Amino acid sequence: MSDMTEIVKRISGVNPRKCMKCGKCSAACPAYDEMDYHPHQFVDMVENGRLEELMNSKGIYMCLSCFACMERCPRSVEPAKLIEAVRLAVVRQQDRNHLKPEQIPALLDPELPQQAITSAFRKYRK
Amino acid sequence: MQKIGVFVCWCGSNIAATVDVQAVSDALAKEPGVVFSTNYQYMCSQAGQDMIQEKIKEYGLNGVVVCSCSPRMHEATFRKTCEKAGLNAYMVEIANIREQCSWIHKDKETGTEKAIILGRAAIAKVHLNAPLTAGTSPVIKRALVIGGGIAGIQTALDIAEAGFPVDIVEKKPTIGGKMTQIDKTFPTLDCAACILTPKMVDAAQNENINIISYAEVESVKGFVGNFHVAIRKKARFVDESKCTGCGLCTEKCPQKKVPNEFNLGLDNRRAIYIPFAQAVPKVAAIDPNYCTMLKTGKCGVCSKVCTAGAIDYTQKDELLEREYGAIVAATGFEPISMEKFDEFAYSQSPDVVTSLEFERLMNAAGPTGGTLLRPSDGTHPHTLVFVQCVGSRCDGGEKGKPYCSKICCMYTAKHAMLTREKYPDTDVYVFYIDVRTPGKNFDEFYRRAVEDYGVHYVKGMVGKVVPENGKLKVQASDLLGGQQLHIDADMVVLAAAIEPDQTARPLATMLTASMDTNDFFTEAHPKLRPVESPTAGVFLSGACQGPKDIPETVAQAGAAAAKVIGLLAKDQLTCNPCVANSNELMCNGCSACEKVCPYGAITYVDKDFRGPNRTTLRRRVAQVNPAVCQGCGACTVACPSGAMDLKGFSNAQIMAEVDAICK
Repeated sequence: MSDMTEIVKRISGVNPRKCMKCGKCSAACPAYDEMDYHPHQFVDMVENGRLEELMNSKGIYMCLSCFACMERCPRSVEPAKLIEAVRLAVVRQQDRNHLKPEQIPALLDPELPQQAITSAFRKYRK
Repeated sequence: MQKIGVFVCWCGSNIAATVDVQAVSDALAKEPGVVFSTNYQYMCSQAGQDMIQEKIKEYGLNGVVVCSCSPRMHEATFRKTCEKAGLNAYMVEIANIREQCSWIHKDKETGTEKAIILGRAAIAKVHLNAPLTAGTSPVIKRALVIGGGIAGIQTALDIAEAGFPVDIVEKKPTIGGKMTQIDKTFPTLDCAACILTPKMVDAAQNENINIISYAEVESVKGFVGNFHVAIRKKARFVDESKCTGCGLCTEKCPQKKVPNEFNLGLDNRRAIYIPFAQAVPKVAAIDPNYCTMLKTGKCGVCSKVCTAGAIDYTQKDELLEREYGAIVAATGFEPISMEKFDEFAYSQSPDVVTSLEFERLMNAAGPTGGTLLRPSDGTHPHTLVFVQCVGSRCDGGEKGKPYCSKICCMYTAKHAMLTREKYPDTDVYVFYIDVRTPGKNFDEFYRRAVEDYGVHYVKGMVGKVVPENGKLKVQASDLLGGQQLHIDADMVVLAAAIEPDQTARPLATMLTASMDTNDFFTEAHPKLRPVESPTAGVFLSGACQGPKDIPETVAQAGAAAAKVIGLLAKDQLTCNPCVANSNELMCNGCSACEKVCPYGAITYVDKDFRGPNRTTLRRRVAQVNPAVCQGCGACTVACPSGAMDLKGFSNAQIMAEVDAICK
């Protein structure tokens, strides 16, 4: 999993050590209540190598990629880029697609942001 | 024949860990002219210095090379050592094998090789060194303090107390600075005005202090002990010698709609005004941007009501030329603009205020007479949210300031505590990243706010503030509680970062004093010379050097004064003998050097020279005044004929160093 942590840091270009744990990302997040882990926790979990928990979390698909956290972060940590990298890391695992196309019609919900489905649906074939 | 001694220092492990000092001393022993070479653990220690002196006598050394730390650190030390042993101080050269070698290299082989090369260059230079004797220059026994806040006032009072005359130049119509706007001071909660205004009066009454208010420094020339300063005294359109400060004009002036900067624009003043009741000097000033008389020539009410006849609409800016031995920068700070932080809705709601505005809203002399009222509708607020670190501790650049503004944790605790004390019906939240309270009785103060006054301290930041139906919807993180908070607040108070005053940067240019990337003045040494600028004769007082609270400012102001007194107490200063020198036989009188000299040290004279066949040639040649020359070397570069040379750093010496390095 430590390799995966390095991959996530590399493809996101985020250095979680820059975080000063102010919580402004989570304060700005409009999807806060929908998530099991929150933006400031994403950063902390990547920094401490808790990537498996993060990859298994449903919360990462609730991130709207609205970039409020990136805009507001005083230290330019960019948590949204990190979460996108984690989602990519998940879909790039072979045969671990989070969502199959045939599941989508049943899941469509006007309340759910489209971006969440797009993010969840991204897949990678070798 | 040169007899050079080489002394290689280990600096404990600072040098020895990355440089093979034995190899260096062995290699340098083989250089031409070197008769003795050794290495030692601490060359700057008494034992090390004794050894140098002993070897000078034993070998009859007439040149010394010390391979050690930067010459900024110990050149003076080793020069003194050698002087005591009978060697001219300028026959000593330092090869910097610490800052420029061991500290920046990791590989011992590379470090050793470079140390040898640096040592070789220094030896090559010593071969061409000549003994130099330092001259002296007189000290003008008067100091200039730029900025009349608490820092400037304290520095001036301390210098004046020692018997030296001081001028304070203040750009505003009154001295007092930011402290005049503050309500109470932490951690004792004594009223700022009650402790500051007596000092302002002391400064005004002290016969050694001359306050030049409503004035700015326009140019600085000269050097330590001998500065020539031009000060622009702005026209205030009121005769300072006649105005009694009765204030009648400020009541009668018909122009009532001028934003009052003393209350940060929270109320209005007249076009003729006295900034506040305890202003020093208590003299009115006319704001030319708003005065109807000055703009249209029709009005003149103030001159009609003034019984002292002090109003003078024809007054012009006045340029004062003064001479000083020492200059103290005490230009202070300003809170940053909240423009880039609109997530907190500062521009959208008058109920979102900065902490300095909150000071005015709590102050008995403020726009609300000390009753805390919402600026939007004048009602009493029940829920207040304080946001810390707004623009501080950011990533730099666009985001804000990279440093901690230092004072915000304490003043926010003070605001929260005072609010809860005066209005027990309020709910007060403080959102913090870290609470930083290192100071005497500071943490106790913050704990009192929490434990005795029930202020809600929440670890986390505010993400956004949205004005809605007369309330401020605050969305914030509660990191320890693991929740996102939504608070309907009546007021939001932003602890804005502080930055150096806008006038500091141009002033630093005039003083040739260095600054850091944040425009704070740099000190000569961050630990050991904290109140001196690297520019000789320029001293630093207060927040212009870095964020500071009042106790620290006063302490530093006193320290700066002590340094000024130390300088002014001297009758003569030893000059730097490494000054420019013109070779008259080579000078072609082109004036290039005169034009580039920043100190005005070069003049031209007509001189008779012997020509061929018993003729006399009158030629125009450059002459350097060694008391004024600071040895910057600009002229040696500008001179097209190579007539200008710097003693101790001659072109020949520098070329010898380069040759030694490239060998």
